[in-house]
Amino acid sequence: MTSIPKKTEKKLGLVIDLDTCVGCHACVVNCKEWNTSGHMAPLTDLNPQQEDPDGVWFNRVHSYEIEQEINNEKHSQTVHFPKSCLHCDNPPCVTVCPTGASYKREEDGIVLVNMDTCIGCKLCSWACPYGAREFDQTEGVMKKCTLCIDRIYNPNLPESSRVPACVSTCPAGARSFGDFSDENSEVSKLVKERGGYELMPEQDCQPVNRYLPPRPKQHQQEQDTMVQLPEAESNTEKLLTRWAQQLSQNY
Amino acid sequence: MSLNPLATVKEQVDLTPRVADEVKKTTCYMCACRCGIKVYMKNGKVRYIEGNPDHPVNKGVLCAKGSAGIMNHYSPARLTAPLLRVGERGSGEFKEISWEEALNLATDWLQTTRDNNPNKLAFFTGRDQSQSLTGWWAAKYGTRNFAAHGGFCSVNMAAAGLYTLGGAFWEFGEPDWERTKYFMLFGVAEDHDSNPIKIGMGKLKNRDDCKVVSINPVRTGYSAIADDWLAVRPGTDGLLIFSLIHELLKADKIDLAFLARYTNASWLVIDAPQTEKNGLFVRDKEQQPLVFDGKKQAFVTVEESDNPALTGTYELADKTKATPVFELMVKRYLEPQYAAENTAEKIGIEATTIKRIAAELAHVAFEEEITIEQEWVDWRGKKHSTITGRPVSFHAMRGISAHSNGFHTCRALHLLQMILGSVDCPGGWRYKAPYPKEIPPPPKPTAGSEEANQPLNGMPIGNPQSPEDLIIEEDGTPKRIDKAYSWEFPLSSHGLLHMVLHNAWKGDPYPVDVVMMYMANMAWNSSMNVKDTLHYLTDKDEQGNYKIPKFIYSDAYYSETVPYADLILPDTTYLERYDCISLLDRPISNAEGPGDAIRVPIEEPDRDVRPFQEVLLELGARLKLPGMVDDSGKALFNGYDDYIINHQRAPGIGPLAGWRLDDEGNLTHGRGNPNPNQIQEYIKNGCFWSEEISLDKQFNKYANQAYLDYAKHMGWIGQSKPIVMQIYSEAMQKFRLSAQGLTEPQPPQEHRERVETYFDPLPIWYEPFEHQLIDKEEYPLQAITQRPMHMYHSWGSQNAWLRQITNRNFLYIHSKVAKTYQLQDEDWIWLISHHGKIKVPIKIMLGTNEDTVWTWNAIGKRRGAWELDENSPEFKQGFLLNHLISELLPHKGNGFHYANSDPVTGQAAWFDLRVRIEKCTAEEQQESDKNVFPLFPPITKKHLETDTKRPLSQFGKTLKGEPGNTSPKEIKEWIGINGTKKLK
Repeated sequence: MTSIPKKTEKKLGLVIDLDTCVGCHACVVNCKEWNTSGHMAPLTDLNPQQEDPDGVWFNRVHSYEIEQEINNEKHSQTVHFPKSCLHCDNPPCVTVCPTGASYKREEDGIVLVNMDTCIGCKLCSWACPYGAREFDQTEGVMKKCTLCIDRIYNPNLPESSRVPACVSTCPAGARSFGDFSDENSEVSKLVKERGGYELMPEQDCQPVNRYLPPRPKQHQQEQDTMVQLPEAESNTEKLLTRWAQQLSQNY
Repeated sequence: MSLNPLATVKEQVDLTPRVADEVKKTTCYMCACRCGIKVYMKNGKVRYIEGNPDHPVNKGVLCAKGSAGIMNHYSPARLTAPLLRVGERGSGEFKEISWEEALNLATDWLQTTRDNNPNKLAFFTGRDQSQSLTGWWAAKYGTRNFAAHGGFCSVNMAAAGLYTLGGAFWEFGEPDWERTKYFMLFGVAEDHDSNPIKIGMGKLKNRDDCKVVSINPVRTGYSAIADDWLAVRPGTDGLLIFSLIHELLKADKIDLAFLARYTNASWLVIDAPQTEKNGLFVRDKEQQPLVFDGKKQAFVTVEESDNPALTGTYELADKTKATPVFELMVKRYLEPQYAAENTAEKIGIEATTIKRIAAELAHVAFEEEITIEQEWVDWRGKKHSTITGRPVSFHAMRGISAHSNGFHTCRALHLLQMILGSVDCPGGWRYKAPYPKEIPPPPKPTAGSEEANQPLNGMPIGNPQSPEDLIIEEDGTPKRIDKAYSWEFPLSSHGLLHMVLHNAWKGDPYPVDVVMMYMANMAWNSSMNVKDTLHYLTDKDEQGNYKIPKFIYSDAYYSETVPYADLILPDTTYLERYDCISLLDRPISNAEGPGDAIRVPIEEPDRDVRPFQEVLLELGARLKLPGMVDDSGKALFNGYDDYIINHQRAPGIGPLAGWRLDDEGNLTHGRGNPNPNQIQEYIKNGCFWSEEISLDKQFNKYANQAYLDYAKHMGWIGQSKPIVMQIYSEAMQKFRLSAQGLTEPQPPQEHRERVETYFDPLPIWYEPFEHQLIDKEEYPLQAITQRPMHMYHSWGSQNAWLRQITNRNFLYIHSKVAKTYQLQDEDWIWLISHHGKIKVPIKIMLGTNEDTVWTWNAIGKRRGAWELDENSPEFKQGFLLNHLISELLPHKGNGFHYANSDPVTGQAAWFDLRVRIEKCTAEEQQESDKNVFPLFPPITKKHLETDTKRPLSQFGKTLKGEPGNTSPKEIKEWIGINGTKKLK
C-alpha cells in the first residue's frame, strides 16, 4: 500500500463558491479541453456520437433542488454543485493503491496517478468517498484532476493562464485557487470569512478543497414585512397638484 | 531506475510542457455573445481554446459552449462539399458537385428570378452575424424579402427599446455592473448575453450593498443564485411592471425632474376625438413639439422652455385642448386595476411582495443615489458639476419578449426605468455604442419595385414611423412574403422568419421562386409546428412541382434542414473564416465606448467548403449586382476580407471602425479611408478594436452634448441633437388614427379593431392571444422552455462533449401538479395543446410556478441528423415543445388566422403555449422508455460517405505537449476574477 507524506510544503487547492455558481458548466468543459491533451491525456470519450455517450471528465457539476419544511410549508433552493478531486491530506485513494501509482506530492499536496504504474485495479475509486476518480476504459488506467499541474508552474503560458483551467474560465468568478497552508492566502481568508467547509468531514479524508455555502436567503414573507411604501396622496388629482408644485421648484 | 526492483517508481511530472506551437486570437461563434478567444495550436490542430483576457466582452473567461468549440470545429457532421439533391426532398439523396457547378446553378436560379421579379427571392438568415452584409446584398439584388432571425427571437425587446429609449438591452445596452445596487432580471436571458451577465452576477453577489431579484417562472441558472426569486406566471410581467409603477406613483417615488428634462412627459397631446389630429403632439410650423411653459404662460418648444408643465389641460389657438404626456400616463397607471391587490392573483405573486419590490426600488433609486464628481454639459449648454446615478438596473430578453404581449411589456419595463430616472446613469442600465439613436432610428424599410433587375433604393429592414412607411399594396394587403410591415405586424423591425415557409407554400401573399437561407434550422427546432413545416417544404402542386420551387441552403453541418434543400452551399466552421462584428450591425461595444471585432481563419478547411459570406459576394459578382462589380462587370471584392477592408457604407464609414486612414494616411478610428492593412492591425490587437470614451461622455448620452457630438462624428446619429425618450409613442398613435379611419392609409376592415387596440401610444397589458382564444379549463397549464447555459444559441449544432452533459430532457412539473395527476419522477405523460400532443417523461420540482411546466430548449433532435447514431438519446428521449406550438393562432370566428405573434412587431409567441396533461396508460408507460412521441422517420444521408477520418473518442491524445526544460517558477495565487473585493 502506498504511503502519504507526513506534511506537504504547500496545500494547493480550490475554493468553490456555491453562492455564486450558476451551474453553467464552463469549468467542466474547459477542464475537459485542457486536460484531454494535458498531463493525463487523453480524456477518452466513449460513444461520442452514439447511445450512452460518456467519457472521462475531471470535473462535473451536479444540480440539486434542496427541500426543507418551514412552518408546514415546503421551501426549496436550487444549488449547483461542481465536484472534482479534493486533493485530501489523508487520501484513502492513495493509501489503498497497491502499486504506488496513486500518490500525493510532497511539494504541493496535489494527488496524482502515475499512469505508467497504474494497473487499473480501481481500488482507489472504491476508496474515494467523493467519487472523484475517473477510469479510462480505453487506456485501462485511472485518471483524475491534476489541479492542472501542467499549467500552474508552466512558464510557457502567460501568467494569467497559470491557474487551473476551471478557475481561469469561470465566468461568475465562483472558483479560486491557492495555498491553504498559508493562513494569509486569499483562499484561506475566503474560507475564514465565508465559513468555507469541507465535504463529509466524518470520512476523515481531510480534503483540501473547500466550499463556500450559499448565503442564506430570506423568506419572502419575512422580507415583505420589512419595507413599506407609504401612500403620498390619496387621489390622483392631489398627486397631480403635488407634482405640478414640485416641478415648478425643481426643474 | 531504482536499484531496488520493489521500490515504488517515482513519477517524473512534466510541469512545463510546450503546450502550443502558436496561440492565435479570434472571436468565438459558439453562441451569439461574441467573446474574444485564444486558440492554442499544436501540430497544426486546435489543441485548446480559452477566453482572451484583454477582450472587452468576456475579459478572459469562457463558457461551456466556447470551451467545447473544438468538438464543433472537428465534428463528423460537417459538410464536406456542395450538394445537389437528386431524390425527393427529405430523402437525403444528394450528389456531391463542384463549387463551379454549385455557383453556376445558384447564379442561374437567382438570375432567372431577378430577370422576372427580384422579390421572388426570399432570403432569410438565422444566427447570422453578418447582417450588414446579407441585408445589403438583398438590397442590391432587389428583394424586399430579407430578414434574419430576430423576428422569432427577441424583436419585441429590440423594437420596444428602439421606439422608447433609442436603444435596448443586450447588444444595445447593459447594466452598470460595477455600480448597480439593485438588479432585476426578467425572464430567461441565459444567453443574451452569456459571459457578461455571468461576470456581472458574480460581481453583484460578492458585494454587500447589492440585491439581485429574478422574475422568472422557473428557478434555474441565474434565478438559482438570485437573492430573491419571484415565480411569475408567464406572460404577466407587463402587469407586474404596471403594478410597480402604480405603487411608485401612489407613493410619489418618481424622478419628476428626469421625466421633465429627458422624456416626452411634458409634450402636449392633442385631445380632439374623431379628428385626424387626435392624440398627436402639438407642434409648431417647423414640426417641433410644443410644451406649455409655466413661467412664460405660453406654448413654446422644448428648447425654449425652462419650466414645462407636466400636468393640466391647455387650450390651443384653435380651441382644441391638449394635455401633457405625463398626466395621461399618470392617470392611466393610477387606475385601481393596477393596484397590487388587484393584479396579484393574475401574476401569481403576493400583493405584499409586489409592494415590497416597489419599495425596494424606490429606496435604492432615491435614497442610495450615486454621485460621480465629473462635469458634463447637457444639450442646452447647461454645465453640471456631477453625474447622478439611481443605481437600479434591469435586464430582460427572450423571456418577456416571446409573448404576443411582449412589445408592450418591454415598453412597460422602459417606462419603469424612466419613472425611476435610471437610464444611462451610474448604477443603472447604460447604452452601448452606436446607441442611443433617434427614436425610432432610421432607416425606414424599403418596398422596392417589382421591376426586373432593379436594386432596392434603401435597406429591406428598418423602422416604420407611420402607416405611410408600411410595405403594403394599394388594397392594404402585405407586400412582403413574411407580411412584415403590413397591417398585421406594422413594426416588425426584424421580419418574421417563422412565417416564411408557411406563406411561401400557401402563396400568401404570393408564391416565391427561390428561398435562400443561412444557418436557420427551419426543418426542426427553429420552426413552430415542425410537422407542417416539413409538409410546406415537400408539398407539390397539381403539376407535380414543389410549391416552394427552389430552396438553397447554407449550413456547416448535416442538420435536420439539409435534406430538405435542393442545393447545399457548405459553410466553414467559425475557426476557418473571416467575419466582421460590425458597428453597422451588432458590435462588441460596452457602456464605456465602442468596439468591433473580426474572425480570422485559424485553420485551413480540409474539406471542399467555403464561408457563406464569400460565396454570397461571389454570387453577387456573377449576378453583376451593383456595388459588387465595377463598371466593366469585374468583381470588386476578392473575398470577404477584401470586402471588410474596402466596402464603404457611407463615405469614411466601413464595416470596421478601427485603424482606418485619414487623408494624410495616418491611422484613425471611426470615420476614415479604407486601410489595406486594417485586418493586420486587428490581428495585432487580438482581433478587436475598442475605445474608451472620456468619463464626461459616458453617461446621460441622450442629452450629453459632448457625447452627441462624438456620436455624430462617428456616423451613429444624423444630427448632434438630444434624443428625447418616448413615454408616449406618437408613431403608434398614427397607426391608431388610421385604424379609426381618421387618416390615410387605412387598414382593411378586418384588421382595424386589432390595430386600434394594440397601437395604444402608452404601454398596455392584455392576456396573451393563445390564452384569450383557448379554454383555460381545458388547458389549465402553461408550458415554456428554459435555455441550458451550456447549449443555448448553439442549438444549430451538435457537440460531442456538450451532449455528454445533456442528451435528453424531461418535462419539469411542480409537485402540486404531480399530485393532481398522481405522477412520479420519470413517469411518461401526454402533453396536449390545441395544436398537437407529445409523449414525454417528467420530473418533479418545487422551483417552478405552480401552473407552469417547462423543459430545456432544443435538446431533442431528429434521427439521422448530426451524424449521430440512430439510438442516440436525443432521438429517443429528447423532445421539443415546438410540435405543440402552432405558427397560426386558433380561428377567431371570422375565418382569419393571424400568426402566433405579437400584433405590433410580429415576434413569435413561443411562450404563450397552454397545455394539459394526461397520464400515460400502464402499457404506454412501458413502451415509452423506448421512444418519445412524435417520432419522425429518420432522415438519411444517402450517397454520402460518413467522415470517419477524425475519431473524436480520444481527441487530444496526439496533441500532448513535448517536455519543456524550464525550471518551475513561484506559484501564483489566483482568485476568481471578482477577487475578494468585498467579503462579509
